Amino acid sequence: MAINWFKYSAPSTFYGLAGKLIPFFAWPAVLLFAIGLYIGFFVAPTDAVQSEAYRIIFIHVPASILSMFIYLIMAGYAALGLIFNTRLSSMMAQALAPTGALFAFISLWTGALWGKPMWGAWWVWDARLTSELILLFLYLGFIALQASIEDPRRADKAAALLAIVGSVNVPIIYFSVKWWNTLHQGATIKMSGTSMHVAMQQAMFIVLVACWLYVIAVALARVRSIILERERNTQWVNELKEVQS
Amino acid sequence: MNRLSLFGLLGLVVRRDLLLAMRRRADVLTTLIFFVMVVSLFPLGVGPEPEMLRKMASGVVWVAALLASMLSLPRMFSADHADGTLEQMMLAPQSLSVLVLGKILAHWMLSGLPLALIAPVLGLQFDMSAQALWILVLALLLGTPVLSMIGAVGAALTLGLRGGGVLVSLLVLPLCIPVLIFGAGAVEAVNGGMSAVSNLALLGAFTLFALVFTPFVAAQALRISME
Repeated sequence: MAINWFKYSAPSTFYGLAGKLIPFFAWPAVLLFAIGLYIGFFVAPTDAVQSEAYRIIFIHVPASILSMFIYLIMAGYAALGLIFNTRLSSMMAQALAPTGALFAFISLWTGALWGKPMWGAWWVWDARLTSELILLFLYLGFIALQASIEDPRRADKAAALLAIVGSVNVPIIYFSVKWWNTLHQGATIKMSGTSMHVAMQQAMFIVLVACWLYVIAVALARVRSIILERERNTQWVNELKEVQS
Repeated sequence: MNRLSLFGLLGLVVRRDLLLAMRRRADVLTTLIFFVMVVSLFPLGVGPEPEMLRKMASGVVWVAALLASMLSLPRMFSADHADGTLEQMMLAPQSLSVLVLGKILAHWMLSGLPLALIAPVLGLQFDMSAQALWILVLALLLGTPVLSMIGAVGAALTLGLRGGGVLVSLLVLPLCIPVLIFGAGAVEAVNGGMSAVSNLALLGAFTLFALVFTPFVAAQALRISME
């Protein structure tokens, strides 16, 4: 039997699939958030140096990791759309952008809350904070460019080019604590092992997975809306139950 | 008819753009006056203590240069777009990247170069030392081409959009931040008694890196905008 590998690359088929998939990502996300935050706030021990204030790490680190990761995924989808002219890839890139911007904002916000008790300042102009701020600006630029071009095909391509150009920033953020001697602490979890308590690791990892699942669920929900908006003049959309009612 | 060589094409585009600008000198002068004005506003805003002014001079000049170059960006392609010249240029059997590079060079000669040359005069208003002034000019000469090159990508992407002027700043400014940091850092290093070489070397690296990629990317952006 021949399998059509590209069946779900068409918006009309993907729309239904995305709708079926969302609960499988959304519910585990809720569950893991609850478990991860419970371990983080009640099970994990108090930090020797930073006492209770360190607990914001369980939000801050997953949000920061995902803000960078989502940008790369978004740029990847955008590049796919630009190179192979696949409509769905561009829609996925568009669907991911607001979530990425949200995580970049959460990362900066929780970082500020953490910085006040640790460094004595809400904000310092060190390399990692600045480059994360630039990442937020890049997301906003992507969204603004996409929104201001009427023709969706041109909007996709123009935004894709911008996303690809902007992706040079991601390695700069990631390596900024290594390249520059900054106030922001370096990586605690390394390939060679970690100095972290097991419960702390578990909590951080579980919240990271929860955020990840949340991103997928939200991106799928948003891409469904984008598909409906762009394909509103097609027959299959008008035959949908939710559209007719 | 003989085909133009790549450098012939480059020279032709640069000459044409410079000639057009010379016919309408007001555009170039407006950018320059804007630059001078913004820089002069700072001492009025923050107070005239020479100690503080000396400290912030390089940063102020760089931020003003960034804003001034944003101001002139929408003009890079818009006039040619409006009268159809750009379409003819894209039809030409020549490399579009080289053509775009020519336009970038012309834009830099009309925006970046004058700013770099006038900067020492403004630096004197801020009581900068002679050595710091030299470094400032050198950093501006090395860094402003990057602003024009990244700006070309933004200008090409936003070609013909409403509100393009604001949008282009939103797209281009974040990408220009490294240039600002190391450009201003060069002067600060000299003021702090250190060598500015590392900052200047990084600026030079940015320029070379941008020189390789941005003309191509801007050409692709033009193709997207014009199809």
